Amino acid sequence: MRQDSLLSILNLRTRFRIYEGVVTAVDGVSLDVFRGETLGVVGESGCGKSVTALSILRLLASPPAEIQGEILFDGKNLLSMSLDEIRQIRGNSISMIFQEPMTSLNPVLTIGEQISEAIKLHQGVTRQEAWSKAVEMLRIVQIPSPDIRAREYPHKLSGGMRQRAMIAMALSCHPRLLLADEPTTALDVTIQAQIVELMERLKEEIRTSIVLITHNLGLIAEMAKRVVVMYMGKVVEEALVEDLFLEPLHPYTHGLLESIPWIGRKMKTGRKQLQEIPGMVPSLLEIPEGCRFHPRCSRLIDICRKEEPPLVQKDGRRVLCWLWK
Amino acid sequence: MHETLQTQVIRNPHRQADSQLRRRWAKLRRNKAALFGGVLILIYLIIALLAPILFPGNPSAPNLMKSLERPSLEHPLGTDELGRSILGRIIYGSRVSLLIAIGVVCVGLFVGVPLGLISGYYGGKVDFGIQRATDTLLAFPGFLLALALVAVLGVGLKNTIISVGISMVPIYIRLVRGCTLSVKEQTYVEAARAMGTRDVTILIRHILPNVMAPITIQTSLGMGTAILFAAGLGFLGLGVQPPTPEWGAMLGSGRAYLFNSPHVATFPGIAIFFAVLGFNLSGDGLRDILDPRFKL
Repeated sequence: MRQDSLLSILNLRTRFRIYEGVVTAVDGVSLDVFRGETLGVVGESGCGKSVTALSILRLLASPPAEIQGEILFDGKNLLSMSLDEIRQIRGNSISMIFQEPMTSLNPVLTIGEQISEAIKLHQGVTRQEAWSKAVEMLRIVQIPSPDIRAREYPHKLSGGMRQRAMIAMALSCHPRLLLADEPTTALDVTIQAQIVELMERLKEEIRTSIVLITHNLGLIAEMAKRVVVMYMGKVVEEALVEDLFLEPLHPYTHGLLESIPWIGRKMKTGRKQLQEIPGMVPSLLEIPEGCRFHPRCSRLIDICRKEEPPLVQKDGRRVLCWLWK
Repeated sequence: MHETLQTQVIRNPHRQADSQLRRRWAKLRRNKAALFGGVLILIYLIIALLAPILFPGNPSAPNLMKSLERPSLEHPLGTDELGRSILGRIIYGSRVSLLIAIGVVCVGLFVGVPLGLISGYYGGKVDFGIQRATDTLLAFPGFLLALALVAVLGVGLKNTIISVGISMVPIYIRLVRGCTLSVKEQTYVEAARAMGTRDVTILIRHILPNVMAPITIQTSLGMGTAILFAAGLGFLGLGVQPPTPEWGAMLGSGRAYLFNSPHVATFPGIAIFFAVLGFNLSGDGLRDILDPRFKL
């Protein structure tokens, strides 16, 4: 753990005991989030990105979830805190934005009520003060006529506006860490750009660190400084964003980057179609032996089938692959 | 220009709320059956409130000289075996029936709704415990359960309310639990938890308002059932005791004179019929208005 690390996750393992067996959604993930930085987390659906975020705030119902490992926030282990202590952290020091802005606001409460509820909860101010702070937050996220909007119900707002309102709520207590779980996935492209710009600006103003969870590599390139690539519950590669895009080390990262359509990029010789990663993500109940990626890997060597690859440190990067051993 | 246009549109929030109310009102007006139900309930309410004005005398004072008289100008619905005006007893009986209906749904709401919320939200062992208790209660037909409870608690107005109320509790528990299960999976509940909101606040502020529609419908339907159950208990002589005028009990005592003086049993029966009809029709109407699945 480095000195300026705000959040460090050590060997996090989140398992779900279900009828068919035990699903290990997050399998020994370790990562650091430094102060003021944006860390991108990418991977396919079901690779454990969201579960990692939910584990940080302990939002998973337990049972069926079992969380092991350590999550140090400012040196304190979130996993060993009491429920009251973690509630003090939620929304106050660490807050979260969800993917679906259409459903993440309560339809029967006005926007202002929902935002001021959080403010009242953590800052112990009066109802009026909380309300004016909520309106102020709506102004900061550039919602026009915030004092009128605050009195309206979510159904009157567009998707982009609701996501702004969610951001206003998440940032209302000036958290030190913002977990953004696919914050732009449900929005159309022009609104995505506005939301990205907004988050960038607010990050500077409020001095918060961001964990940006997405499967959109374009968004990562735009916002993140460092990137963690996950596959089937494991971190397979970690690098600075430029390094990752210039020279991906893990075959999975390579495949991900190859499968993005780029205007003007030539196809590989002999190919007319966009490159894809062959096969499907196996079920987490049937994890392949050896390296979990080996059934889909294009650069397979013998040992990949038999033994789990080690985490290789290379020029300040981490990669989970036999190729670099 | 564009800006003024936009602000004008936004500056009329009340008008939009109005229009939603108006839309619902228009929908209600088109639903003739529901409107009829509502009017029936309103009439009963007015009768109950204005009882002393509508019938100035004492509805329970016997006048044996005039027993079992047929409907006349003096007694528009005739008299019963003790010579009491049936109209007067029906008018005062509406107070008792409405009181029972309101009391019963209050018992159902205050016991059933919190248990349903807790059961649905927390799940696990708490849910298991509450649901097995609910299963046990639901295993008895509702009226039989009320009857058994009266057998334990004894007769009277208060015990009628309690026993019929308890027989309604499992229905509310099931209903609220089911709705809570679906609402608690909504992202806004997760978002509220992520903001550090307490469970109690989440239950009361975030989940309860979102399950109010089915509760409202069930409450209206439940009032109809409550009147029917209470009348059933009264008919058997296990409900509200004489001389308090109660429709079921009137029906029960009129049974003996069914062939010679049918009006003694008929008119209380009609009163029960229209009261239950009113609550059922308005319950159905509320469902049409409040249930989002039926929205246009």
